[in-house]
Amino acid sequence: MELMDVSLVDWSRAQFAMTAMYHWLFVPLTLGLGVIMSIMESLYVKTGKEEWKKAAKFWMTLFGVNFAIGVATGIILEFEFGTNWSNYSWFVGDIFGAPLAIEAIVAFFMEATFISIMFFGWKKVSKKFHLASTWLTVLGATISALWILVANAWMQYPVGMEFNPDSVRNEMIDFWSILLSPVALNKFFHTVLSAWVLSGLFVMGVSSWYLLKKREVDFALKSIMVASVFGIFSALLLAFTGDGSSYHVAQRQPMKLAAMEGLYEGKTGAGLIAFGILNSHKKSYNDSINPYAFKVEIPKMLSLLAYKDPNAFVPGIKNIIDGGYQTHNGVALSFEEKQARGKAAIQSLANYQKAVNAKDTVDAALHKAQLKENYAQFGYGYLDKPEELIPHVPTVFYSFHIMVLLGLYFIALFGLVFFFSYRKKIEQAKWLQWICLWTIPMGYVAGELGWAVAEVGRQPWAIQDVLPLQAAISSISTNSVKITFFLFLVLFSVLLLAEVRIMLKQIKKGPDKVV
Amino acid sequence: MHIPKLFQKLYSFYYDGFTKMTVGKTLWIIVFIKLFIMFIVLRIFFFPNYLNTNFNNDQSKSNHVRQELINKSN
Repeated sequence: MELMDVSLVDWSRAQFAMTAMYHWLFVPLTLGLGVIMSIMESLYVKTGKEEWKKAAKFWMTLFGVNFAIGVATGIILEFEFGTNWSNYSWFVGDIFGAPLAIEAIVAFFMEATFISIMFFGWKKVSKKFHLASTWLTVLGATISALWILVANAWMQYPVGMEFNPDSVRNEMIDFWSILLSPVALNKFFHTVLSAWVLSGLFVMGVSSWYLLKKREVDFALKSIMVASVFGIFSALLLAFTGDGSSYHVAQRQPMKLAAMEGLYEGKTGAGLIAFGILNSHKKSYNDSINPYAFKVEIPKMLSLLAYKDPNAFVPGIKNIIDGGYQTHNGVALSFEEKQARGKAAIQSLANYQKAVNAKDTVDAALHKAQLKENYAQFGYGYLDKPEELIPHVPTVFYSFHIMVLLGLYFIALFGLVFFFSYRKKIEQAKWLQWICLWTIPMGYVAGELGWAVAEVGRQPWAIQDVLPLQAAISSISTNSVKITFFLFLVLFSVLLLAEVRIMLKQIKKGPDKVV
Repeated sequence: MHIPKLFQKLYSFYYDGFTKMTVGKTLWIIVFIKLFIMFIVLRIFFFPNYLNTNFNNDQSKSNHVRQELINKSN
């Protein structure tokens, strides 16, 4: 590897992570609150009861605040692709460009059209037309998320493309395999459901605040009932899709799975860590130090979740580096073998160009074939040592386990709140109202941790196995990235503060004054 | 529907909607300031597209990326 400024990669990563994490503070509430307000408006249209209309309009106002502050914050990520990650942008342009273009044209215009009817059209259009506009606004936002998640899933599991050594781009050869890749579909449902869960928690928390203040009681009780039912439904499906995620990660990103579980030495009938603390003395994948200071394990569960077989072999970090174990594609290659193939692929790219320049078509065809043969390991040619393959295990491990624990807690909380709500005892249960109120931030924490697992867990790859970060980065100055990092930090923090302030003001006003 | 009437209706729909906004006015101000900062300040001064700025055509861009990909592996 040529001498490169490591801090450029780190600062660019930090900037991308910060932008994405801030963006994800706004997106989930838009996706989930949109569904809740649509359900309430549907109840209004069905029953004709004005209180449902009031509830729908109040949550719609908070939706509007969140939507307005959050809209376009994701575009900054596209700026970063073009400036900081130009090699990557060029390399994937056709594939990444298509979903993002569809997102911008179809979904954005769909949202923009119907959102105005939703906000301005209460007295201008029929009830049913208004209801349809509300649902279509939410559908538009959800379709936007679909395209972004399809693009992200492709980076985790690149399919449906062929590398063209003339244009140095991956070109789309099968749109449907990209759109319908099992990783993309599972990621879409898992992510959208996590947004629904967060919004259920948000509505329960805000409504609980009203109950604690003994204000807007009827509105709060109705909102809590809707949010708890919606929340149980979403949280259970979220757990189901989480199981799907672990299966796909095991098949396609085994290193991520090993980091999620802190698994260094693979085993058959591997257990799932229910609770664990990593041993900070473990410094290398290759030492014999026990990776756990403490653990509570569910026997055979990891094998069952990852491979649908309680006795399946789950490779650990060391196995993935050493290779030699059986996978569904045959025997796993070692790091050295993959590295050799990666270097051969990169050399073939160089040789192909030389042959093309020399107009030697026979040689060019030979090198092109060699490149194609080794392309699946192209990215390994940029890695010097096996340690570079390992993501930061503590970040991935703790993010994953805290996220799962929070997910289980949310299921229990939704169930409990529904039970109290159904029995008409929620108004008296102050302790439960306080819990609901303080659980709102935990919904955000769980979502951010989920993204940390997905993104930190796939390091060092910008595109799994094909392009590591150090090859994806532009040759720009680290200082310019540092400056824009802090500019974004200030901009997003101001936006977040503005959102919290405006939202709190609306909540304090209450549905009567807001509506 | 008669076309001019349709436009008139659309105009009055948006005119009424925007003039009767309450919290929406603050939000629109924030949206415009945000978009101005993003697209005018950040995009132009801090986030030039690296390849578009340094190369004129697709051929030179692909040559540059190819060279980067080859050099970075050495």
